[in-house]
Amino acid sequence: MLSLIRPAVVSMAFFTLLLGVAYPMLITGVAQAAFPSQANGSLIVMGGKVVGSELIGQNFAKAQYLHPRPSAAGAAGYDASASSGSNLGPLNEDLAKRVKDSAVAIRAEDGQGVIPADAVTASGSGLDPHISPQYAALQADRIAKARGVEPRLVRETLAAHVEGRVFGVLGQPRVNVLETNLALDARYPLRQPPAS
Amino acid sequence: MTWQGWAEIALTLAVAIGLGWPLGVYMSRVWNGERTWLDPVFKPVERLVYAGCGVDATKSQTWFSYAAALLAFNAVGFFLVYAIIRLQGVLPLNPQEFAGVSEHLAFNTAVSFVTNTNWQSYGGESTMSHFSQMAALTVQNFVSAATGAAIAAALARAFIAHRGEGVGNFWADLVRTTLYVLLPCSIVLALVLVALGVPQTLQASALATTVEGADQKMSLFAVASQLAIKQLGINGGGIFNVNSAHPFENPNPLTNFLTAVSINVLGWAAFFAFGRSALAGKDIRALVMAAAILLSAGATGIYLAETQPAPALVAAGVDASQNMEGKEVRFGAAATAAWAAQTTGASNGSVNGMHGSFMPLGGGIAMFLMMLGEILPGGIGSGIAIMVVMALLAVFIAGLMVGRTPEYLGKKVEAKEIKLAMLAVLVVPLSMLGFSAIAAILPEALKGLLNHGPHGLSEILYAYVSTTANNGSAFAGLTANAPWWNTTLGLAMLMGRFVPIIAVLAIAGSLVAKPKLAPSAGTLPTDSGQFVGLLVGVILILGGLQFFPALALGPIVEHFQVLTTLAAR
Repeated sequence: MLSLIRPAVVSMAFFTLLLGVAYPMLITGVAQAAFPSQANGSLIVMGGKVVGSELIGQNFAKAQYLHPRPSAAGAAGYDASASSGSNLGPLNEDLAKRVKDSAVAIRAEDGQGVIPADAVTASGSGLDPHISPQYAALQADRIAKARGVEPRLVRETLAAHVEGRVFGVLGQPRVNVLETNLALDARYPLRQPPAS
Repeated sequence: MTWQGWAEIALTLAVAIGLGWPLGVYMSRVWNGERTWLDPVFKPVERLVYAGCGVDATKSQTWFSYAAALLAFNAVGFFLVYAIIRLQGVLPLNPQEFAGVSEHLAFNTAVSFVTNTNWQSYGGESTMSHFSQMAALTVQNFVSAATGAAIAAALARAFIAHRGEGVGNFWADLVRTTLYVLLPCSIVLALVLVALGVPQTLQASALATTVEGADQKMSLFAVASQLAIKQLGINGGGIFNVNSAHPFENPNPLTNFLTAVSINVLGWAAFFAFGRSALAGKDIRALVMAAAILLSAGATGIYLAETQPAPALVAAGVDASQNMEGKEVRFGAAATAAWAAQTTGASNGSVNGMHGSFMPLGGGIAMFLMMLGEILPGGIGSGIAIMVVMALLAVFIAGLMVGRTPEYLGKKVEAKEIKLAMLAVLVVPLSMLGFSAIAAILPEALKGLLNHGPHGLSEILYAYVSTTANNGSAFAGLTANAPWWNTTLGLAMLMGRFVPIIAVLAIAGSLVAKPKLAPSAGTLPTDSGQFVGLLVGVILILGGLQFFPALALGPIVEHFQVLTTLAAR
């Protein structure tokens, strides 16, 4: 029996030190030295304050901003310490109701254009930082009106923020909501605090 | 559907097989104890470990001693993980100040990571401390994968032996696979992932004030180091609740591609390694072909399903060209379909989209790929081992048709091997269907469901299929962190892992003692297209006959409900 237990215990202790301590510490050390921004969450700092991460979506409700997708993370959505999808099945009535409500709200705000699927569906993570270029374009007129600029200018900014497929095939074209909103604020700042 | 979508799926599957070949040659050298370029680094470490363990790593063990060593090692792993996560509240590196987890969650989680399943009844970012993630879970990600590889190495030796006795040394297989294969691959992948945006820090979180003035707390971890081995070791347990759908765990299409390839690459490598070590490269290429055909069909089916009109989208009058509920914009239906097929074909279980929100047939195919026994290409080593069991059954069935004693790779396949093969293959439906049947009528179990009707049954079935197959993905609507679920899912994982392992090692023990025969005119060629067809047929018939009734009550009936809903508009 001892001939079994000794190697099992000794090897597990060795593996715990090597793989559970040395390996993650080595990767952490190299990562912090070589890629400090990525290693700490790709945070966006403006005027000394962290306004978010380029990888993590956040809520936007004001008219002058691009709005993100619905989110199932946390009670208010976009809770980056409680990632979650809705996990509702395709025939779930709560899903049908939420999708319909979202579509009605978008039509009221952004007019009668074709609504892309991502605009009314919750992402897998609840933290999706992106929307489709179609959903971004749908919101252009509202944003232009709220900022008091020509829609053409807003559309140009949105188009400049479309990221294409990697190598032309991987993933989908997308617009980063936070980065684009920061760019809109920088280029077309509001003259006075918005009414909404 | 887009041509880019099809191209991404084809590229992901093909690159995994293409990289698996050279890595398999290397893995075989490691199993065989041949010289490798890492010898100068790891030989001294190896010697030190064997000395500390008091084992002679050059001594070949009988199948029984080999299995005993394997079980002893895994038992120690179980108790260590159980202790660490129960006690994490008083252990270091716990900036989040998480308390120790409950008894039933600790049992479930310890079993889950030791069996290479990585089913998670908990949300990672709200439950596990840094120390638990590293010292308990990451370690098991490595060694449970090496345990799987070991059984393939042992089985390969049984096929080349001529009236032999030993099937190799478990300690050598375990230590060498971990040091020479898993660790270097993980270091490279982890650093590439950090460069591409995956966090790696000991901080608990970052705080932000959003543009609209709200506070946002973002959970952080040493993500990259665990992510790398979670994919390469075909484990699948995420750092975060939503696994590889989380933008910190999978920030962009390139990380998605690399980690998707990583799901399958070492599984395929183990196929090729088995072929080289068993001196049967051509025959194993037939097994690769059969697995690749079934996996491609699965990925195709899921992509087709996820681009069907979803009823909720159609009802709201929005674009329904793909089902985006539970999917990320940066990935879309194609990347999510490729991932879903790979993760369920390979006993990985990580997800980059929510399977519970898939269209009925999309989720049904994911389930079916797991029901086939995790052989496409399955876990490292455990996949090829069960695939060889399938091949034994295929030659046996062919042998019955022509009335000859079947042979496979020069070894006669007789009653004993077939009995053991049936044990390995039949314990799987027993656990999957047996537990599901009980849970479906037990009020205690039904409390955990989010969806009801056929989708609720799918949540139950998926849970036991996933845990028995040591996959770990979920229809996550199910709230599994309760005594009934944690306990029975834990038992399903144990049955699905160790019964087939012991059966495979017993088959190895039986084969190793037999004489190695030269092929004769009556031998069924097992490297031909005909054999590929026979094998695919056996796998599908076995899986289909066992599981079709259960699938008919879940995903299939739900599919027809979707069609009825759409037709009623």
